Amino acid sequence: MKCQKCDKPATFHITELTDGNPQELHLCEEHARQYLSQSSASQLESGNVAAVLAQQMAQHMAVGQTAEELARLDRQVCPVCGISFYDFRSQGRLGCPHDYRCFEQQLNALILNIHGETEHIGKVPKSGAQASKQRTQLIQLRREMKEAITEENYERAGQLRDTIQRIEQGDDPSKTPD
Amino acid sequence: MTRNPGQWLQGSGPESDIVISSRIRLARNLADFPFVGQASEADHQRIEEVLKNAVLGIEDTSRLLYIEVEDLASVDRQFLVERHLISREHAESQGIRAVAIDGGERFSIMINEEDHLRIQVMRSGLSLDETWEEINRIDDHIESNVTYAFHEKLGYLTACPTNVGTGMRVSVMLHLPALVLTRQIDKVFRSLQKISLAVRGLYGEGSQAMGDFYQISNQITLGRSEADLIQQVHDIVPVIIDYERQARDFLIKESHENLHDRVSRAYGILRTAQTISSEETMHLLSSVRMGVNLGLISDLEIPVLNELFLQTQPAHLQKLTGVELEESDRNIERARYLRRHLHGHAKGNELETN
Ligand SMILES: [Zn+2]
Ligand SMILES: [Zn+2]
Repeated sequence: MKCQKCDKPATFHITELTDGNPQELHLCEEHARQYLSQSSASQLESGNVAAVLAQQMAQHMAVGQTAEELARLDRQVCPVCGISFYDFRSQGRLGCPHDYRCFEQQLNALILNIHGETEHIGKVPKSGAQASKQRTQLIQLRREMKEAITEENYERAGQLRDTIQRIEQGDDPSKTPD
Repeated sequence: MTRNPGQWLQGSGPESDIVISSRIRLARNLADFPFVGQASEADHQRIEEVLKNAVLGIEDTSRLLYIEVEDLASVDRQFLVERHLISREHAESQGIRAVAIDGGERFSIMINEEDHLRIQVMRSGLSLDETWEEINRIDDHIESNVTYAFHEKLGYLTACPTNVGTGMRVSVMLHLPALVLTRQIDKVFRSLQKISLAVRGLYGEGSQAMGDFYQISNQITLGRSEADLIQQVHDIVPVIIDYERQARDFLIKESHENLHDRVSRAYGILRTAQTISSEETMHLLSSVRMGVNLGLISDLEIPVLNELFLQTQPAHLQKLTGVELEESDRNIERARYLRRHLHGHAKGNELETN
């Protein structure tokens, strides 16, 4: 799909819900940036980040092709920590690092709206992004192990414990697992 | 800690008549735990253990004060908030959480605040580069012991997308009484907001601009390097200082009697009041502070005033008197404290607590 304002591909799909009737916009990054900065200029006047964020969530967070799509995205759940996108919208805080991946589509426009940028420039930890991704799996594995124990599925719990230990020791030999 | 102000309140450093302090904070999270809001009690405990170990190695442990916030009485939590060592949220929230404070109060590290880790470094006056060097060193040290949540495209991951990227907030606290008095402050703020800088009151988000103190900080954390974010704040501060000085010159030239009257009355009330609220104290101390900077009051020094701002706040006052006081008793005690420290105050006198 092409951007409504130029010939570039539309990578941002924004549904405005301001007056009750959803209005769909399909824009390239540049035009999305322009659109979002215009519509949030008045909110920024207040200088209150929390208020701006809440506003943005009510309006531009409606990212998706249609209202049904929006409802579907709201119900999407992070497999790692179990938070739904609706939970994030209502409390304003994400549940775990993986949310930035599984809610990427929804968060894209919000992040562009807040920062006017989409890519980090600056300090990078020595262990890098890959180590981080690998360790984030531990959140899910620990959760699954707890569930397996509750279900008295000890064989599965044992397998999970081994996997957890391997990851915990593998990428960080300085730490000992509990 | 009660008797000494933090390093950042010394009233020294470049431009210290207007710039109170520089501070930088970094938000960090461990890769292998849910963010604080979604984490279980057991998670909170493990996060705290892991980070406590990482933090205690930063320097000689004897110089580091490690406090479990949940164990503190509410007056002690408030005391740490008044000194900017923990946030109001950290004082008021629930669950296992901690703060590590350097002996000289040059940095504090909150564990299990909104993010697993909130590292904060502060210095007196305008001193952002030194502040950055110190916080970068602390961050490197912690990073060598844990794996931070980091995304190849988005940078450091935070519980709230407003902090993602560098996770960094650079802020400079300014005392701007003349801009307030000449009603130009809103104009300054509007122009700052246009270039994505935020203005907050003395105690951060949502707090009122008590005593004409304002914090200027970056709004954006993603897509610009730490050096750029620091530079942006660093570049704007001299501009605001210049506006404030112009406003002060204007007041001196165009309405000298009014200004002198205002400053003298403020000083008079502070020296004679029998009961006084924290708010009124801040308001009057602000006028007196400007008067000292403009040479309208000659028997007081800025570090003494900076300390009075701190010691007359509710929790500090109660720590000084050693008992918990109702608001009305606090107001009487505050007035007594001010009379004692401002009466016949001679230059160079050290503040005494009794
Ligand atoms: Zn376009
Ligand atoms: Zn998650």
